[in-house]
Amino acid sequence: MDLRELYQDIILDHGQNPRNFGMIDHPSHFARGHNPLCGDKVTVFLKVEGDRIVDVSFEGKGCAISTASSSLMTEVLKGKTLDEVHILFTAFHDQVTGVNDHPVIPDSLEDDFDRLLPLAGVRTYPTRVKCATLSWHALEAALKSGGLVAEPVKTE
Amino acid sequence: MFDVTSVKADFPIFRNNPGLVFLDTGASAQKPQVVIDAMADFYARDYANIHRGVYGLSQRATTHFEEARETVQRFLNARHSREIVFVRGATEAINLIANTFGNTLKVGDEVLITEFEHHANIVPWQFLRDRIGIKLVVAPMDDTGGLDLIRFQELLGPRTRLVAVTHVSNALGSVMPVEAITKMAHHVGALVLIDGCQAAPRMPVDIQDIGCDFYVFSGHKTYGPSGIGVLWARAEILDELPPWQGGGDMILEVTFDHTTFQGAPARFEAGTPHIVGTRGLAVALDYMTKIGVDVIRDHEEKLTEYGARRLAEVRGVRLLGAGQRRLGVLSFEVDGIHPHDLGTILDQHQVAIRAGHHCAQPLMDRLGVPATARASFGIYNDESDVESLIDAIKSAQSLFRR
Repeated sequence: MDLRELYQDIILDHGQNPRNFGMIDHPSHFARGHNPLCGDKVTVFLKVEGDRIVDVSFEGKGCAISTASSSLMTEVLKGKTLDEVHILFTAFHDQVTGVNDHPVIPDSLEDDFDRLLPLAGVRTYPTRVKCATLSWHALEAALKSGGLVAEPVKTE
Repeated sequence: MFDVTSVKADFPIFRNNPGLVFLDTGASAQKPQVVIDAMADFYARDYANIHRGVYGLSQRATTHFEEARETVQRFLNARHSREIVFVRGATEAINLIANTFGNTLKVGDEVLITEFEHHANIVPWQFLRDRIGIKLVVAPMDDTGGLDLIRFQELLGPRTRLVAVTHVSNALGSVMPVEAITKMAHHVGALVLIDGCQAAPRMPVDIQDIGCDFYVFSGHKTYGPSGIGVLWARAEILDELPPWQGGGDMILEVTFDHTTFQGAPARFEAGTPHIVGTRGLAVALDYMTKIGVDVIRDHEEKLTEYGARRLAEVRGVRLLGAGQRRLGVLSFEVDGIHPHDLGTILDQHQVAIRAGHHCAQPLMDRLGVPATARASFGIYNDESDVESLIDAIKSAQSLFRR
């Protein structure tokens, strides 16, 4: 496989200039993700109002794949309902792990899902799949924990 | 005269993977044909359980097994073959010490390790700390990537019972002054355990010269099979240690009320061991000895220096621990490219390196990096492998520059 299929321009762009990087003001949820294989750490911050993510950001040091994945995730998820987040997470996860190459996506989310497709290149690199899913797992953990925090979260 | 080409021809992995540039011997070494053949032959001709049968086959297997112990004895220049305990690997050896010698320690006793240690020489001591209440003390690295010997000496004290230190850092390649460390430790009455995983494959090890009390290494890093390793301990210490795992082969007599145990080393070898693995290990050590372990050291030292010089010439590459005498290991960072990405890209050029924390997360924290890229050498590597590495790094840089 050509390396450019894995390291597409959009991946390199988001890997080198991540969007939504840093902590948002007054997050309502956050969670840390840790990939013990490579030592990468990422923290995802969320501001959830009702059933909608009104703001999302991330912090951490990671490889190009994990940074680009986090960056694209935050772009796509801003403004989404929790149900939509769940649909996108499942479809993305299935796609990059090779469980399902053609997940069923509602029309309304198709453009968003397409934004994530450049990451599908990790499928042929089994050791790199976790790089692409790390921030998504952190996001899921943040939502599941119900992680309401009274004070702004301090990172280490 | 050492001829890399003919040495490389001894390793079938390179015939079966043409173009492979293998720079991850620090994780595990490739195997020469003689080791593969010796193990297959053992199974095909001489295999039975050891120390059991009165029949000839079992006796032949037992002879191979005990001869392997003598090979290891010669390799380390140990006084007696009964000082050699076969274990699964260095990790098990350290756990064995922590669970035997370690259990004789008291609350407040100290085990002194260094910032360079592999997780295998950290975690067993943390278990011991949590179980018994010993204090785990950590001697720091200096700014050049070596052990801060002044701080090390300051941290030694009357409560220090054991100093457990690596011989060659697996993450940086720094060679530790183990003779000096041993003298300082003995001065305060502490015993010394040396983790020889990266040293045993690369330099002559004379445990009597070093003067240490325990020395451990893994067979798979010395061109032998995985699942077999060595604990050497001074006889007078080994004889005093309580048994660890209970089972067959380590006992003299068992009743439901009471059991008496074998002396060393059998006392520490409960259960059927990796019989054929000991033969593979012995043949691997003989293979190294035939080439000359000092010749191997000279070759790898020159290659490491060459690699360091060439890497330093590449714009955007930063070597870690650059101020040290290094052996066989080069850890580096490439500006703007995470080690994990670098590893994937290099792999596409058939260059195999390790990218990660090298089972030394505390050291990574100390260096302020999540991970490093690590190239490590074996006897089959030469300058052309370094050049392939450099070409692949440059290609990664141009991919990321777009």
